[in-house]
Amino acid sequence: MYKPLDRNGIAARIARDIPEGWFVNLGIGIPTAVSDFVPEDREVIFHAENGVIGIGPAPPPGSENPYLVNAGVQHVTIRTGGAYVHHADSFAIARGGHLDLCVLGAFEVSENGDIANWARAADEPVKQVGGAMDLAVGAQRLWVAMEHNTKGGGGSRIRRVCSYPLTAKGVVRRVYTDLAVLDVTPGGFVVRDMVEGMTFEALQERTEAVLVRG
Amino acid sequence: MTDPMPGCAARQPPASLVPTGLGGAAVIDKFVATINEAVAGIADGSTVLLAGFGAGTPEHLVAGLIEQGARDLILVCNAGGRDDGPIADLLATERVRKLICSFVRPASVAARLFTAGKLELEIVPQGTLAERIRAGGAGVQGFYTPTAADTLLAEGRETRVINGRLCLLEYPIFGDVALIDAWEADRWGNLTHRDSARNFNPIMAMAAKLAIVQTAHVVPLGAIPPANVHTAGVFVQRVLHVPVAGGTDV
Repeated sequence: MYKPLDRNGIAARIARDIPEGWFVNLGIGIPTAVSDFVPEDREVIFHAENGVIGIGPAPPPGSENPYLVNAGVQHVTIRTGGAYVHHADSFAIARGGHLDLCVLGAFEVSENGDIANWARAADEPVKQVGGAMDLAVGAQRLWVAMEHNTKGGGGSRIRRVCSYPLTAKGVVRRVYTDLAVLDVTPGGFVVRDMVEGMTFEALQERTEAVLVRG
Repeated sequence: MTDPMPGCAARQPPASLVPTGLGGAAVIDKFVATINEAVAGIADGSTVLLAGFGAGTPEHLVAGLIEQGARDLILVCNAGGRDDGPIADLLATERVRKLICSFVRPASVAARLFTAGKLELEIVPQGTLAERIRAGGAGVQGFYTPTAADTLLAEGRETRVINGRLCLLEYPIFGDVALIDAWEADRWGNLTHRDSARNFNPIMAMAAKLAIVQTAHVVPLGAIPPANVHTAGVFVQRVLHVPVAGGTDV
């Protein structure tokens, strides 16, 4: 029997794969927790789209700086060597190909690398786009962190074709779920890793897209 | 008088800043003494750029705009606010006709007004929003970007393939007014912004004909080292000193 990762478990799994020296943007949700699992003595530089380069850990209670927040408007710190830029420069970082990696949450990813993470229906009255579309097309590589299946267990978020409105087409390189790590390749989703006790057959059973053995 | 550069954020200098002749050149002093002076003359129908992202929102100026009473406004800001706070307060007056922003929270004054048919919404990806504002300030009349080109937001709009990528045509955003937050200001309007409170402030000041600043600190001309000016005074028209409440920041 296998044990799915919890959200922090997914974040920790991603953190293990980020090489020192990379310049990384973390989206809201599971990705935000990734930085907690990168030891401070490793030089990975985290970018927040509100113009902070070199985000550090959360401050101890009582010493929050009201002028320093991240993209989720949480109080953060800035590392030695960090910098502030204005919003257009911050998105020049995202859109201009200056990020080695962006990690986003998503509702669905398809086998050709499409990502859907901003709306559950085309006619949703109130739209929540934020910076995801800019990050998705601009980063040198995009990883997605999400649960493998929809809440309640039934639906697969790993799909042949996304059913929700797209954020961007053909941009996802890798997906980290609570069950597995999947690479997006021209031949479809390749299984790179599975949680302990998981089998390829059991994973395929929980996945709408066709999987390829890694 | 015809506009020499239609579509650009051209500005008319206030009469008080026009040199009065030989030996009588006016001193440049952009400080105003009261909130009423700061927001005076904001016309009905204005496009108002409101800076801020968790920090760096000029709350005092928003309160002044509400008091001033301009209506039929187009408001441009990062997000549509919450149930309370400056953006919610401004929207609740129902004097904003249209909101241009990157996202709206489902539980917010903005979402309720939109659902009730009392507010138009234009949702713009955040980087495109920032770049459209920057373009407005820089006189760039349009640009193509891959952001959103493959999405519902591109439906019915002009796209073209550039360097092998599908790109979407985006137009600049020009403000009649920008409401700006600063940490320090001098009388020429040179500004610094504190930490991540910088966000949209420098580009929104650039993109508006009338950039109105609330600053926590007033400093003498020259006190900000030239290399450390974040927003140059050329982009700023009015500055109001709003000391930070409490603590040692006054």
